[in-house]
Amino acid sequence: MSEIIVLAEQRGGEAREITFEALAAGRKLAEKTGLKVAALVLGSEVEKLAEQLSEYCDTVLLTEDERLSQYHSENYQLVVSHILRERRPRVLVVGHTSLGMDLAPRLAVELGFPLITDCIDVEFANGRLYATRQMYGGKLNARVSARVAEGYILTVRAGAFRPSKTARRGVVVKMAPPELGGKARVRVRGLVVPAESGVSIESADIIVAIGRGIGEKTNIPLAEELARLLGGVVACSRPIVDKGWLPPDRQVGSSGKTVKPRLYIALGISGAFQHIMGMMNSQLIIAVNKDPNAPIFNVAHYGVVDDLFKIVPALIKKIKEAKGVK
Amino acid sequence: MGLLAQIVAVPELWLGLDIIVCVKYVPDVSSAELKVDSSGREIERRGLSYDINEWDDYALEVALVLREKHGGSVTAVSIGGEEADRVLRRCLAKGADKAIRIGDPRVNLYDPFTVAKVLSAAAKKTSFDLILTGVQANDDGYAITGPAIAQYLNLPHATLAKKIEIVDGRAVVHRELEGGVEEVVELDLPAVITVQTGIVELRYVSVLGIRMAMRREIKVMSLDDLGLSLEEVGEPWIRVEGLYAPRVERRIEFVGGSPEEVASKIIELLRARGLL
Ligand SMILES: Cc1cc2nc3c(=O)[nH]c(=O)nc-3n(C[C@H](O)[C@H](O)[C@H](O)COP(=O)(O)OP(=O)(O)OC[C@H]3O[C@@H](n4cnc5c(N)ncnc54)[C@H](O)[C@@H]3O)c2cc1C
Ligand SMILES: Nc1ncnc2c1ncn2[C@@H]1O[C@H](COP(=O)(O)O)[C@@H](O)[C@H]1O
Repeated sequence: MSEIIVLAEQRGGEAREITFEALAAGRKLAEKTGLKVAALVLGSEVEKLAEQLSEYCDTVLLTEDERLSQYHSENYQLVVSHILRERRPRVLVVGHTSLGMDLAPRLAVELGFPLITDCIDVEFANGRLYATRQMYGGKLNARVSARVAEGYILTVRAGAFRPSKTARRGVVVKMAPPELGGKARVRVRGLVVPAESGVSIESADIIVAIGRGIGEKTNIPLAEELARLLGGVVACSRPIVDKGWLPPDRQVGSSGKTVKPRLYIALGISGAFQHIMGMMNSQLIIAVNKDPNAPIFNVAHYGVVDDLFKIVPALIKKIKEAKGVK
Repeated sequence: MGLLAQIVAVPELWLGLDIIVCVKYVPDVSSAELKVDSSGREIERRGLSYDINEWDDYALEVALVLREKHGGSVTAVSIGGEEADRVLRRCLAKGADKAIRIGDPRVNLYDPFTVAKVLSAAAKKTSFDLILTGVQANDDGYAITGPAIAQYLNLPHATLAKKIEIVDGRAVVHRELEGGVEEVVELDLPAVITVQTGIVELRYVSVLGIRMAMRREIKVMSLDDLGLSLEEVGEPWIRVEGLYAPRVERRIEFVGGSPEEVASKIIELLRARGLL
């Protein structure tokens, strides 16, 4: 069958935003090729979700089983590869998420479908599949091609495709899952939410965020002083938490917090996509980085290409003068 | 466990964990100016500094911590040219027991499926309980190799590990999901796990350690040594056709001048918006 299948991602029966974006990516591929787009919904008691998704595609494939209510690497692989063998789609589209990153490479090897991950654009051209993705910490874009094959898999980056509804509602088709739960070698024990440790960066109006450019732990008080003078809090990029210099609840980004302060000052942060995801909607972004090509400047409103250890002390001094403090 | 336990076939007989860690040699791009080379498909490598992939550094570290706790061995494996020896030496200096480099110019290092297939073949040559890779390489960022190895070897796997414990001969892994939530999964061994940064604290390598490691052997292997034919390796599955600077609509205004001038301009900006 000539279609594009998009794997829906849900938690507790609620579609995650990436599902609609992945559907949009699927429709972009379908547009020129005349292929149909099907959403694949796995879960238990997810008929409502299937109905909702039918507004965004031609078909919804609904496979229900209690054991699919949460992600399980073996069960999901078993079911998805079964359905792909049956429906023989041209492309499977999945979000580049903790689920997609876990599932897609195995499926690719199992089925012999080339996989391109973390795509921000996709197209068929001259009978081949191409994707655009970022490389080298977001400093360069790459156009990547897949070897010609019967089917392909793509994982797509969050925020890269804009969801839209289809003119006509799609039909919901129920598909029985294959035999599940043989001798499982993987057991899911459940979710844990790490304890919070104090400062809420999410409710702060002003954030001074530090990245690896801060160099040493002993330099953090410099950022703290600036934050205090501005009436804000200190947040950070991932490496600062990885090193144990600040607690995890100060981390901004896809695996940390999403913040929207009135002011976000980024000091020595390169602007990797996973960081940008957590702060791009801040009202005013000022970035200080000594590398003029740092991707953080792609989202900042104001930029300073200089050493933060020159700029921050000068800023602290001027603010103190302006406020009349010593 | 490893080979001996398999021969004796007594699962209760615990002889420690044999761990393979896959490490990649990558350019440090965070503050470098990158140029595309004349092929249009690769970056100009001259003038860049290289180091171990950040994720792999954490994978090695957690392997060493697990070995300290449970006994066993840590083997670092890298596919690459002689340049990769530097990274392998660092692994030895940190405490790895063995280092293997698959140095065969016929291996396409730019295709993660080729890399995964070759690493799988290398793993098959030894006995192991755990294969660790990084979540992703910081140059290509594919995040494909680890789970692909698991499929080639038909082993259970878990990605994005923020914590790994060995309990009753099984791996209990905390996977990092979005927004700081963790999922706990238990895997039968042998298994493949991809390691996220921050899983444990990194140790420093001493100068003495590095000097001692200079004398240690790095075993170099070819595809023939792995028993892999070129046919089995096959064609790359994916390929970079071109690299270019991202075309983004910027909204930025750069603020220049001396630090004092920059500071004054920023203060003006903040004042104008009622932020100061
Ligand atoms: C699944 C996954 C989830 C992730 N989640 C997150 C997340 O939630 N949040 C997050 O931040 N990252 C996350 N990351 C990591 C992310 O990919 C980057 O590695 C990270 O954001 C880089 O942090 P950085 O910008 O501080 O460091 P680097 O990329 O090393 O950048 C340091 C910057 O500092 C500049 N600099 C150095 N010295 C100075 C100086 N003296 N003055 C001025 N500038 C200087 C350099 O030019 C450089 O641009 C995640 C990665 C993965 C794979
Ligand atoms: N050339 C290589 N040699 C050894 N390990 C590698 C190599 N390339 C990738 N890896 C491993 O695969 C992981 C993920 O890489 P990637 O799939 O390219 O993002 C890395 O963190 C390494 O552990």
